Amino acid sequence: MLINKRLILAHFWLAFIVFGAALVLGAWQMFERSPLNVWHLNPEFYYRSVTAHGTVMGYVFPTLIAMGFGYAISEAALERPLVGRRWAWAGIALVAIGSVVAMVPVSLGLASVLYTFYPPMIGNVFYYIGVVLVVVGSWIWVALMSINLAVWKRDNRDKPVPLAMFANVAGSYLWGWTAVGAALELIFQIIPTALGLTTTIDAGLARVFFSWTLHAIVYFWLIPTYIAYYTIFPRAIGGRLYSDAMGRVAFIMFVVVAMPIGVHHLFADPQVGAGFKFMQSVFTGLVALPTLLTVFTICASAEIASRLRGGRGAFGWIRALPWENPIMVATALSLVMLGFGGAGGLINMSYQLNTSIHNTQWVTGHFHLIFGGAIVIMYFAIAYDLWPHLTGRTLDSYGLMRTQLWLWFIGMIVTTFPWHYVGILGMPRRMAFYDYANPAISPQAFSVTMSAFGGLILLTSGILFLIVLVRGQFAPRGEAGAYTFAIPLHMPARLPVALNSFGLWLALMIGLTVVNYGYPIGQLMAVRNTSVPAVYVGASR
Amino acid sequence: MTSETDHSHDEHGLGEAVAARIERRWATLSVVIICVLVGLAAFFGIYHATMPQGRVETADPTTLHLSGEFVESNLGSALEADGSVTVRAIGQQYSFTPQCLVVPAETPITIRATSADVVHGFLIEGTNINTMLVPGYVSDLPIRFNAPGEHVMPCQEFCGIGHQGMWGKVKVVDQTAFRNMAASKRRLTCVD
Repeated sequence: MLINKRLILAHFWLAFIVFGAALVLGAWQMFERSPLNVWHLNPEFYYRSVTAHGTVMGYVFPTLIAMGFGYAISEAALERPLVGRRWAWAGIALVAIGSVVAMVPVSLGLASVLYTFYPPMIGNVFYYIGVVLVVVGSWIWVALMSINLAVWKRDNRDKPVPLAMFANVAGSYLWGWTAVGAALELIFQIIPTALGLTTTIDAGLARVFFSWTLHAIVYFWLIPTYIAYYTIFPRAIGGRLYSDAMGRVAFIMFVVVAMPIGVHHLFADPQVGAGFKFMQSVFTGLVALPTLLTVFTICASAEIASRLRGGRGAFGWIRALPWENPIMVATALSLVMLGFGGAGGLINMSYQLNTSIHNTQWVTGHFHLIFGGAIVIMYFAIAYDLWPHLTGRTLDSYGLMRTQLWLWFIGMIVTTFPWHYVGILGMPRRMAFYDYANPAISPQAFSVTMSAFGGLILLTSGILFLIVLVRGQFAPRGEAGAYTFAIPLHMPARLPVALNSFGLWLALMIGLTVVNYGYPIGQLMAVRNTSVPAVYVGASR
Repeated sequence: MTSETDHSHDEHGLGEAVAARIERRWATLSVVIICVLVGLAAFFGIYHATMPQGRVETADPTTLHLSGEFVESNLGSALEADGSVTVRAIGQQYSFTPQCLVVPAETPITIRATSADVVHGFLIEGTNINTMLVPGYVSDLPIRFNAPGEHVMPCQEFCGIGHQGMWGKVKVVDQTAFRNMAASKRRLTCVD
């Protein structure tokens, strides 16, 4: 039962339009830094572009997807109209205004500090204000998800919260709390410095605050993808969800252990001691657990669907899966990329192996494979699945959809595998160009060229995706019926309170973050003389 | 949301028990995998003392050039009384000082480095030597080179619009050559 279709559609369209723009920048960056490019522009354009690409892809695009999909889940799973419709429109308005406010100074070259901010470099204050507006807009969504769940619970005491809504609210809490790290950095450190109220800033402390956001934000991006695995995929291929309870456990684990692990991004940093680095490395290991559980549940759900269709044998059932179905293709390709990306992630989080690849092109390859690959391909699937319900029109260009999904997968592999490889060779990331004539660097030239072609394949796929959606807007009218979620194989008659509510888990989420971040933050605030002069960029001061 | 099934209630219960058992086995295996990985990290961290920097040291970037261990005359490689070598360096937009480090092979070396302005990175290609230079803090890193040779040393963290030009060099020479050089100079570099 989708009622506020225009609201949801507005989120998805805005998300995919900014995605398309940022994708063009990404493909250009791949070319600009490759040996294919012989006519170098001012390197400042490259960093401007990276700032815009990262800000849009990291803060705006996935946030809008989570918000729009979240509203759709709330209405469809709880079977009631969204409470707080006007607030939801205010939320998306803030995200849109924030994006414009942030992108104007970036486009003018006044804030080429990359989306990770990197103080003591300080850009134009409107860049940071824009990012804050985007986050505040998304916090409205966080509140609305919580309110809608509470309203439903009041009328449905002792009933299990539908898994899709449970996961959706878990994702919103995760985002609400993880955004606090970057918000503290922006509000108490960066914005006062950008305004000129103070001229010094503790760069080490800022990096610790940012790490609180930096890792868990990836799980916030991931949640819509996991919701699609659990609640769309089994239904779309005509099967059942293997286990409802395991899904809840997985989402709860993300809420609890996604935050207190961000210091693994700071293994090589001098401002955090070894003890907390090790502790957070251990917690990072824990966060692999929900993914391992999910992979099992989703593969088992696929097997159920296949056997219902007559699939046989230990592995023969894989052939009997409905491979003509775009959701099937997207999910399978997503899991393959999740496998490679996850294995790379275990290397990054490792206390020792990290030094081999820290801040090299490996890291860029890793997060593009996980986020751009495994996660975004499921955003496409979500859009394909929801579109007929949102537009009231048929979406039947299945051949085009499959081509688009395969191209995205191939493009992502061709882009990221060589990217990982040059990282192992030691190629540093985020440089506008490289001297490929240097014998120490020339062995990396071929791989970087391959990546640039991968970028072109991804751009082609992105354009095809937008074509499919636009065609869907002009297709003949067709009734898509009620929007439903996968039914579990065995629905427990009643759930333990712990798997049906968040109180305990939120307490653990906040408690563990305070334990794992309290000491490093407290220590840095206590150490004197670590504030360093701000370095203003892009402006002639 | 109740599950529909053609089976009798008992068979349904049986299927559910089987499903739960298989799931438990997988969950146990997953926990074991994670424990092994974390255990490996703990073992090598403690037994081989391979771990990131342990303690937090500070250095004021506004006075680096005036006093303390990072004054310009003290930068470069120093041969210590115990035969080990200490290399002091700073990163600034957009170069390292010294821009070329000279170090002996097969010798324990301590890198001590910091930044004079923004965040930089310190990476020596072809090795696992990789750390951050954060202004206000001192990076302290034990390293060792197995063989003589030359390496490039790029800054691996975005530090401004000249970031792509921030490449240093490391020259690893054999122990005797290094000792001969150290006999005539207090601090060694290969900046000519």
